[in-house]
Order: sequence, then C-alpha cells, then structure tokens
Amino acid sequence: MIYLDNLATTPCDPRAMAAAEPFFGAMFGNPHSAEHAFGRRAAEAVERARSQVASLIGAEPREIVFTSGATEANNLAIKGAARFAGAAGRRRIVTLATEHKCVLESVRDLASEDFEPVILPVAANGLVDFAGLKAALETPTLLVSVMAANNETGVLQDLGAVAGLARAAGALVHTDIAQAAGKIPFDAAALGVHLASISAHKINGPKGIGALYVRRRPRVRLTPLFSGGGQERGLRSGTIPAPLAVGFGEACALAEAEMAEDSARILGLRQRLIGRLRARIPGLMENAEDVARLPGAVSLRFPAARALDLIAACADELCVSTGSACTSAEIAPSHVLTAMGLTPAQAARTLRLGIGRFTSAPEIDRAADLLAGAHDDLAQRPAPDVAAAFLAEA
Amino acid sequence: MFMWLCATWGVMTSQNPSFIYLDANATEPLRPEARVAVLEALDMTGNPASIHGAGRAAWALLERARKIVASRVGAKPADVVFTSGGTEANALAIAAFAKGRHVLFGATEHDAVRAAAMGCAHSVLPVLACGQIDLAALAAALARHPQALVCLMLANNETGVLHPVAEAAALCRARGALLHVDAVQALGRIEFSLAGLGANSIALSGHKVGGPKGAGALVLAAGAPPVTALLQGGGQEQGRRGGTPPLPAIAGFAAALAAATGADQLAGLRDRLEQAAIAEGARVCGAGPRLPNTTCLARPGQRADTQVIRLDLAGIAVSAGAACSSGKVARSHVLEAMGLLELAGSAIRVSLPWNAEPAHIDAFVQAYAAMPPRQAAA
Repeated sequence: MIYLDNLATTPCDPRAMAAAEPFFGAMFGNPHSAEHAFGRRAAEAVERARSQVASLIGAEPREIVFTSGATEANNLAIKGAARFAGAAGRRRIVTLATEHKCVLESVRDLASEDFEPVILPVAANGLVDFAGLKAALETPTLLVSVMAANNETGVLQDLGAVAGLARAAGALVHTDIAQAAGKIPFDAAALGVHLASISAHKINGPKGIGALYVRRRPRVRLTPLFSGGGQERGLRSGTIPAPLAVGFGEACALAEAEMAEDSARILGLRQRLIGRLRARIPGLMENAEDVARLPGAVSLRFPAARALDLIAACADELCVSTGSACTSAEIAPSHVLTAMGLTPAQAARTLRLGIGRFTSAPEIDRAADLLAGAHDDLAQRPAPDVAAAFLAEA
Repeated sequence: MFMWLCATWGVMTSQNPSFIYLDANATEPLRPEARVAVLEALDMTGNPASIHGAGRAAWALLERARKIVASRVGAKPADVVFTSGGTEANALAIAAFAKGRHVLFGATEHDAVRAAAMGCAHSVLPVLACGQIDLAALAAALARHPQALVCLMLANNETGVLHPVAEAAALCRARGALLHVDAVQALGRIEFSLAGLGANSIALSGHKVGGPKGAGALVLAAGAPPVTALLQGGGQEQGRRGGTPPLPAIAGFAAALAAATGADQLAGLRDRLEQAAIAEGARVCGAGPRLPNTTCLARPGQRADTQVIRLDLAGIAVSAGAACSSGKVARSHVLEAMGLLELAGSAIRVSLPWNAEPAHIDAFVQAYAAMPPRQAAA
C-alpha cells in the first residue's frame, strides 16, 4: 500500500516510537507524581520533550503547553484568548476562509459569546488579501488567526507580514502550524506571533499529543478550556501522556535535525510526481501553482475525472484524499478550494497528495502510473456510481 | 537526594525488586496486553477519518475499541465519546449537562469535577464521616433544585470509598435531575454498568485501568442530553469531540480494559498492609465500602510529606493525595470533607497496582514500621 496522505497523518517514526517505548513500560509513572521516583522520572522526560518542541519552533520550554493535539491547541488559543479578554475587551476576531475547520468553528462559535467573528476571503492563489486584512484591522481587533501552511493546498502565508500588521493594530496573533512545523523553518520569537498550535502526528510523532506555544514576553494570558488538577500552569488540566510527549519531543528533534534534507528529497519527489502525471495527463492543473507551498503538499486538479472516483479506482494500492481527513466522507466541496474561487465541479476534481519522510521514488512512480491509468479509464468511461459505492462501503 | 535518585533510578526499577510502586490511583502500570496494542497501533499510519485503506484500518481499530469500552459498561458503541482522558471527559459532561441546571456535587469529588462545576451555579453536598455522600443532604438539595445536575464519583481517588451511586440515582430520577458519575477509579477494579448505576453519563480514563495515558471516554446512557463539543472542529466523535482520535492510546485503553478483570485479588494484600499499619498506630481514613486496592493511612502527628519521602528513600512509591496536586501544599479536601482535618496533613494514600505482589506488601510493612513513630506536628 502506497501512503500519500501525509497531510492527514504521518507514520510514526520508529525513532520516535523507540524514544516513547520505555515509557510504555517500566517508566510508566504519572509525571505529576512529584513525590516519588516513578513520577519524577516521567516528569524529567516530559520536560526534555518540552525543550525539544520549543527548540523546533523558536520558543522557550516554558512557552510550551502540552495538549491532546492541534485541534485542542487551536480551541485553547482562540477561545482562551477571547474568554480571558472577557466582556470589557476587544470583540473582533479575524481569520481566513481557508483555515482548518477547528479554527473556523472556534472563531464562529465565539459569536455566541458576543465576540465578532470576521472571516476574510483569500486571493485565488490562497494567500491572505492584505488590503482586506488592513481594512478589518481598522476596527480594534482582539485576535488574528492565520495558519502558516494550509492543510489542503500547502499554501504558505506570509506570517511575518500578517503578524506585523496585527501587532501594529494591537491584536494578538495566533497561527496554526500543524502542517508547517518541522517541514519549513518556523521561529515564533522572530515572527512575533503570540500563540502557535502544533501537532505530533503530522510530523511523524504519535497521535494524541500536541502543544500550544504561549508567548511569555509580553505574557499572553488565556482562560483554560477545562480545569482540574491544574497541570500545565493551570492552562491545561489532565495527566500529560508522558510516553506520547516523549515521542512528540523526539519527532520534533528529528524534524529539526533532518528538515533540510527531508524537504530537499520531498521536493524532488514532488517534481517527479507532477512531471510524470503531466506527461500523461494533458490539462492537469496544480492549485495555487504560482505561490510558495509546503514541499510535500500537492493539490492537483484533474481534467476529466472526479477525485473520489480516482481514489476508489486506486484504493487497493494507493492512499490519497480529496482534502481534510476530518471531512473525508463529506460530499460537500472543500471550503478551502471554494474560498480560492474553484467551482464545486473543479473542487470535486481536486486530489490532495501528501509526500512524507518515508515516501520512496518507486512509490511515486507507481502512484503516478496508477492515477494516470485510472484517469484515462474514467475519462473514457465516467463512472458516477463508483465513488458512491466506495463511500457507502467506507 | 533528587540527583541521586535520578542517577540510580534506572538500576533500581529494572533490577532491584525492592523498588516498589504502590501509587496505582495516580496511574496504573501499563498492562502487557495494552503495551502490545499501543505499539501495534503506533505502527499503523492511517487517520481514522480518512476513507482510503489505511484510514479504514485505523477506523476499524477505533470502532473495535469503542465496542469493548461500550460493552464493559453496558452502553451502545455510538454512546462512547473518546476524549484525551478523565479530566476532559468530566469537563465535557458537565459543560453539556449543566446548561440551565444547578450543579450539586459531592465534597470529595476529584478536582476535574470540582473545577468544572464551580464554573456554574452550584452547591456542595456533604459526605458522612465514612466518606460516603450524605443521601439525606442530597435529597434535601434536590428538593430545592429538582432540575439539578448531580456529580458523584463512584470511587474516591484518595480513600477508595465507594459512594451509593444507585441510591443517589434513584433520588435524582424521582426529581428529574441528571446524574454524572466520575467512574475513573472504579473502572476495571469493580464491575458496574450504566444501567446498574442509573447514571446519565460516566467518565472513564485509560491510564487508571493499566492503559496508556492520553485516552479516556465519556459514556452516555440512552436518553442523555446532547453533548456539544468542548473541542470543536473536524466533526469527529459524531461532532461531540473534534480532533484526530489518539488511536494508540485508545487501542491500549481497550486492551487494558479487556484484561482488567477486577481488583478483588488485591483486597487481601491491602487488608494485610492496612492491619500492619494500624498496629503501628495508623488510622484508616474512610470506613465506608472501598475499592479493593486502596487505603488512606493517617499517622497522627507525622507529616504526610515526610512519610512519603522516607518511603521513597526506601524504594516505595506512595503519595500524599491526588497526583495532580502532589506538588501543592494544599491539604486534602477529601479528608477535610470527612471531618478528618486533624489527620489531613498526616495521611498517605497507598494504592495497589494490578501487578502488586505479596513481597511488595512485606517491604511496605517493613519500611512503614521503620519510620520514627511520632514527631511534633509542624
């Protein structure tokens, strides 16, 4: 099975698994049990992991709050900042139409708490429209949330410029770096963002852990999503899953050490894939072709076949997707692609491929052949029932 | 001391059988069955929400785990909402059910429940000296707040005391109140079901049954009010909990639960330990029916933290209360609520893990007896 859905989730790196493994064994202690050696040993490992996460994103260890993943980190950043500001603070929260669902839903939902969500459109290439952002910021704004790299198209936003504008307007800046972290250099301090959300399983770490970067100078204050034991300085109660944190830390250290090498190789594979497909499929388009994107993210618009039919036709050998995994089974067109001006029909012909650390050149060649072959078949014999049957089975 | 402990720790745990873990209520050692399941799931790539082969394999694993959890507590698989753990499960239930309802919670509830409930209009229900909820007080409170949300834990994390949940549920039902039960400490140690408890929902945690940290569940009874997501986005868990499910932790949770067949075999060991401690002048906090693995031992006049350090130096891990608050100076709200304020500073919690052995009890008894008998209270 060829796995080319590395934007949905990535295989856990055996080295990250190896780092985590002892904590799934003799070192099982609760990291909050400061009273005995089992607990202290786990706590020590969690703190080492915290340093590794911090190092990857230009943060201090104390600025890292472990969460269950990026969804929780995004919820905590957005709702936490808004709720801390409270009734007396600014009301406006600005984000982009192409953000991950968990950011959009968190922002939209704050309307019920008397905040003012502003969802900005993007240009056809997926980039933020700076004129629109400036206009939005003319009203005092509490928070601007813009992702570093899009999870469907890989489009990289100019975060430095976004953060500069937002800071100048006195707003907090949050960025979802779930896709960008570990793939491209990211330095929270240098960019001047206040909050950043990261996920382990998108960077070859385990599922079930992520983190929120919370800037300390000047200190950013948040109201927790839920309370209890008061772990993570009261920002996130609940036992930290020490083994997952250790695996996450190791995944960050590996990403930091191997980023340059990985991205060069992945970029080569990407060019190989696209070259091979283009040679066989005239009229194949890349979405957001003219702007900077993540090396491993490929968003392809096929001329004569729907993405779901292609997925179904190649399902025995190839794992690819139409867009965000969370909404894989939805028939509704991708909100990211439609925000970039694609018609529902164009969006339905878009396939998302994610190339990862463990993807090989022969896999890329085979995937291209499978997709091109399936596209040829489908172009000649449209099969409206294939995808429906596949989905029903899924 | 700390450095020395850190430096020698690896040797002590891996080779020295005298390094003994008696703090299961903070976290249980991972069961071998869970370890296998975790490592297998870590080796799987798919996101359970993806429709391709890898995704469907992940989804099948997730749903298998859901069935195991559901059947253990007599629920439908669709009514199991996986969370990151017990704290999130409790917070999710209380956020959803407290809307427009007064919250009544027992004075000995875990901080996760107390913190969530304190964000709402609430009243605290007293417990009896034995540690069990005062049912007369509950009945009186329900008369004032018939539409309440009642939060009552099945087993207390510090004393192991079991609350009369079924009786409380009958009172709730008669008034039209909702009942949420934090069953984190009870799961896998004693058998119970949603129907038997009469609860509208229960919170569970994986790492308290010998699974890995990082997964828990909120399980809903038929007819429970709808749950609105605390973590939004992605629509996972039927829109009740956004985020990619932590598959390895969930798979490990289910495997541990399947292997956890009750803690009755620990009762004899616990009782022997307790009797030996009593002979040394200890008082047991919590006279009600208890979990088979837990005892809370007060040694009047001797500070709990001193006892814990002495035992730690003897290679025995116990705690002075909930792990979450281990680092804090605050006295146990549990013992205070039981009217044992004078003992609260001198009580340690000993909780036997699933793999406790008679030799561990012997070692504890020896170390406990070796502690200097009385000191002036600080």
